[in-house]
Amino acid sequence: MHVRVADLTYTYPFGVQALKGVTLHIASGESVAIVGQNGAGKTTLVKHFNALLRPGSGSVWVGDWDTRQHTTARLARRVGYVFQNPDDQLFQSKVLAEVTFGPRNLGFETERVEALADMALNMVGLDHAAGQHPYDLSPGERKRVALAAVLAMDTPVIVLDEPTTGQDFIGVQRVGEIVEHLKAEGRTVLTITHDIDFCAEHFQRVIVMADGAILLDGESRQVLAQEEILAKTYVEPPQLVRLAKQLGMAGVPLTVEEFTNAHQGWLEASK
Amino acid sequence: MIQLMQVTYSYPVTSRPALREITLEIPTGQFCALVGANGAGKSTLAYTIAGFIPHFYHGNLAGSVLIDGKETSQVPLSQLVQQVGLIFQNPFNQISGTKFTVREEIAFGLENLGLPRDEMEARIQATLSLVGIEDLAERYPLALSGGQMQRVAIASVLAMRPQVLVLDEPTSQLDPVGSREVFAAVRALIVEGGITVVMIEHKLEWVAVFADRVIALVDGALAADGDPQEVLTDETLVGKTIGQTRYTRAARQAQRSGYWPQDRQLPVTLEQAVDGFRESRGTPAG
Repeated sequence: MHVRVADLTYTYPFGVQALKGVTLHIASGESVAIVGQNGAGKTTLVKHFNALLRPGSGSVWVGDWDTRQHTTARLARRVGYVFQNPDDQLFQSKVLAEVTFGPRNLGFETERVEALADMALNMVGLDHAAGQHPYDLSPGERKRVALAAVLAMDTPVIVLDEPTTGQDFIGVQRVGEIVEHLKAEGRTVLTITHDIDFCAEHFQRVIVMADGAILLDGESRQVLAQEEILAKTYVEPPQLVRLAKQLGMAGVPLTVEEFTNAHQGWLEASK
Repeated sequence: MIQLMQVTYSYPVTSRPALREITLEIPTGQFCALVGANGAGKSTLAYTIAGFIPHFYHGNLAGSVLIDGKETSQVPLSQLVQQVGLIFQNPFNQISGTKFTVREEIAFGLENLGLPRDEMEARIQATLSLVGIEDLAERYPLALSGGQMQRVAIASVLAMRPQVLVLDEPTSQLDPVGSREVFAAVRALIVEGGITVVMIEHKLEWVAVFADRVIALVDGALAADGDPQEVLTDETLVGKTIGQTRYTRAARQAQRSGYWPQDRQLPVTLEQAVDGFRESRGTPAG
């Protein structure tokens, strides 16, 4: 399902203008990472996708729905939003209740709710924690409960706000696998992230924001090499891109594998 | 100086220890990074060093924890907080919620220390500038973005000028440049103020550049403790859930194919990687 944002502006009630005219189109099945400095408006932008915020001016469309004409409850059918801070999202006393809450409220049948909850807990690696209280888990695990609660809603669009925050090495790998899985299923996956290496490895398109507007928008390989423009919004190219550049290698390697290939070519070239 | 001797700790109503027989000494002026998987005991160790355990969390603490030679369990918390500053993982837990501007929020700790007004104002200004949030001074703390709030939480503790600073993932919500700036600010505090720092972090690239020492925890016990390059390239730790930088991973790939210079340690920083790969091509290291 596609998402279309046209000339969107938004000013918070306390006076800060967080979005100053954003226009973008995300095609169905695309995987998109939004990066940029703290306070750039990234979270404000995605909170419009499920009508947690309403446009000050301009519009946001999710498929054929204008978000101004639908409630957040209704948009929850199309857009799953995983909060940056799981403590803003979780409220049940059992992990399983947390994960079944969404699909049950969408009116799915009990069998489907159970199957989705099992699948979601399995994907985030928390099968064993179904009976636990979310607040007895570590913050990193709570974040994965929040992710499972949204995965279980089986929405065509999924928004992950800082999914790798507080995750250890294995947790980040797992989130990466989940993103790959969602991409393979043809879902539209959006993330907000400061983890540029994670972004390089899993997202085909990168949108760079600064001060309420879009600075750059394009294919990851092209965007993540723009060192000077990224610096304007406090973002640096991925580790391997910086390394390749310093070495004078050709290309923009986004993964260790790509770097290894580029390195071989670079060695050959010197002979 | 921080000293832990045979520290084992279990949270209330749990039987499984969160820390197991931890013995370590952190000298004054050292920047020590704490790495490990979720649930390995990093935050628990941070709370133990800061005296939160046993003053706030009870449970079962065995062994001894000394700050400047004094058992933390014997020092009243009101005195301990002047020595050790703790920055929580979630900034929302740090912000008082009772102040209307960032400036007042940073003043909160200083008011409790009973500092004169002039001194408070000077410290607030210096801290706002150190953390790079001068433009947020008059904003309402609870209406900030996650990353902005995290900087305010850091500032509110730094302003108290503790001798020991314990930070639990202080950059988790910061943009990349902001993260590096926090590491650099912490380094500057060590150089200028001689403070001792224990910092939990997953951002290994900056740990490698800025920390003096890396301690890896696995399942509540010390798994490795040493120089960042030594610990962060230890392949046996990967299987124990300790991650590695892309520099290390790329160089290990090259090493497996025989393209990494013999006798050269695997890199953990950009600089080390550039030198190693240049040498692999027969170009002298820069």
